[in-house]
Amino acid sequence: MSENPNNWPLWEIFIQSKRGLEHKHVGSLHAADAQMAIENARDVYTRRQEGNSIWAVLADNLHSSRPEDAESFYDPADDKVYRHPTFYTMPEGAKYI
Amino acid sequence: MTEPINLEEGFQAKIDAELKIEPKDWMPDAYRKTLVRQISQHAHSEVVGMLPEGNWITRAPSLRRKAILLAKVQDEAGHGLYLYSAVETLGTSREKTIDDLLSGKAKYSSIFNYPTLTWADIGAIGWLVDGAAIMNQVMLCRTSYGPYARAMVRICKEESFHQRQGYEIMSVLSKGTEEQQAMAQDALDRWWWPSLMMFGPTDANSPHSAQSMKWKIKRQSNDELRQTFIDRTVQQAEVIGLTIPDPELKWNEGTKQYDWGTIDWTEFYDVVAGNGPCNKERSAARNKAHDEGEWVRNAAMAYAAKKAKQKAA
Repeated sequence: MSENPNNWPLWEIFIQSKRGLEHKHVGSLHAADAQMAIENARDVYTRRQEGNSIWAVLADNLHSSRPEDAESFYDPADDKVYRHPTFYTMPEGAKYI
Repeated sequence: MTEPINLEEGFQAKIDAELKIEPKDWMPDAYRKTLVRQISQHAHSEVVGMLPEGNWITRAPSLRRKAILLAKVQDEAGHGLYLYSAVETLGTSREKTIDDLLSGKAKYSSIFNYPTLTWADIGAIGWLVDGAAIMNQVMLCRTSYGPYARAMVRICKEESFHQRQGYEIMSVLSKGTEEQQAMAQDALDRWWWPSLMMFGPTDANSPHSAQSMKWKIKRQSNDELRQTFIDRTVQQAEVIGLTIPDPELKWNEGTKQYDWGTIDWTEFYDVVAGNGPCNKERSAARNKAHDEGEWVRNAAMAYAAKKAKQKAA
C-alpha cells in the first residue's frame, strides 16, 4: 500500500514538567505543521498540568545512535576510571575536598 | 571480548535480566508481530470504547456528571493515541493500523460491542470495565517493550479516576429510589459476565499465553487476573448493596478466594466473531468519522504547505 501524501507527518514530543527542569521525551503524534503539533501535544500530553513547555521535533529530523554498535561506540569511556572523583586518594585529615 | 552469540538467545537474555527492549533493538519477528497485534488491539479498544460512553454525554443527569464523562472520554482518546504511537515505534504506519480497524481486520475488546441502555451502564462501565482493564494495565506497566510500558504507566495514572467515578455513580444509584436501585442492579447483571470475559480465554485455551509470558509481554495469566478482579469486586458490590449475578459465587476459606460459576464461552466467541449486539454499529461509526474527517485532514496539509511556501518567499 502506498502512503497517502496527505498523511500528517510524525512529530516527537518533549515536555518540560517544571521551569528549571529538562525537556523529556513523552511520545509522538501526527500533525500537519509545528503549531498543530504543539497544540495537539498540549491536549494529549498535558491534560493534568504535566507541562510548562513543549518541544515538537519532526521525527525525520531526529537521529539516533545504533544500539547494535553500543559496545564499540561507548568503548573509549570504559577504561578511564580517573574521570571519577573516587579514583583519587586524599591525604588523611584533609577537609572540604 | 565476548563470544558472538545467537541473536535470539541474546534477546531472551535481556528479557530475563529485566532489561526493556527499545524500538531500535533487534527483536524476533514473532515478538514484533505479537506486540503490533496486541498494542493496536489495545489502542482500538480505547478509541471504540469512546462510543458507548459518548452515547450518554448529552444525557448525563447533571452538569457535574457531564463534565466528568467528557473528561473521561477525552482521556480514552488520549490513551488510544499513546498506544498508537507505541505501535508506530515497531515500524507499522499509523495509516495501516487505522485501516486495519476500519476494514474489520483488526479486533478491539468485545466489551464495547454491548449497548449502554441506561445511565447506570455508565456507572457499571467505569466500575467493572475500567476496573478489569486496570488489572491488565497495571501488569502491563512492567511489560518488556519499553514504549508500551511507558504508555501504560501514563494510562494507569489517568485511569484510576475512571473506575472511581463509575463506582460513585453505582453507589449513588443504589442509595436512591427503588427504581434507581433496580437500574443499578440491572446494569451490574448485564455487565458482570462480559467484564469477566475481558480477561480473555481460560489459560488452558489461550495458546499464545506461554510465549507471551516467556517474553514478559504478559506477566500474569488470564485466569490469575480474572480471579483477583473477582475477589476485589465482590466486596465492593457488598458495600453498596448490589448482588453479583452468579448463584455459584461463594467464599472459599481454603483457597482464600471466591469460587464462582462458568463463563458462557459460546457468547464470548460469538461476539469476537462479529455477532455481538453492536459490532456493526461500532464499525460503521468509526468508518463514518474517518470518511467525514478526510477533507479536514487534507485541508490541514494544504494549509501547512501554503504557509511553508509563504515563509520561504
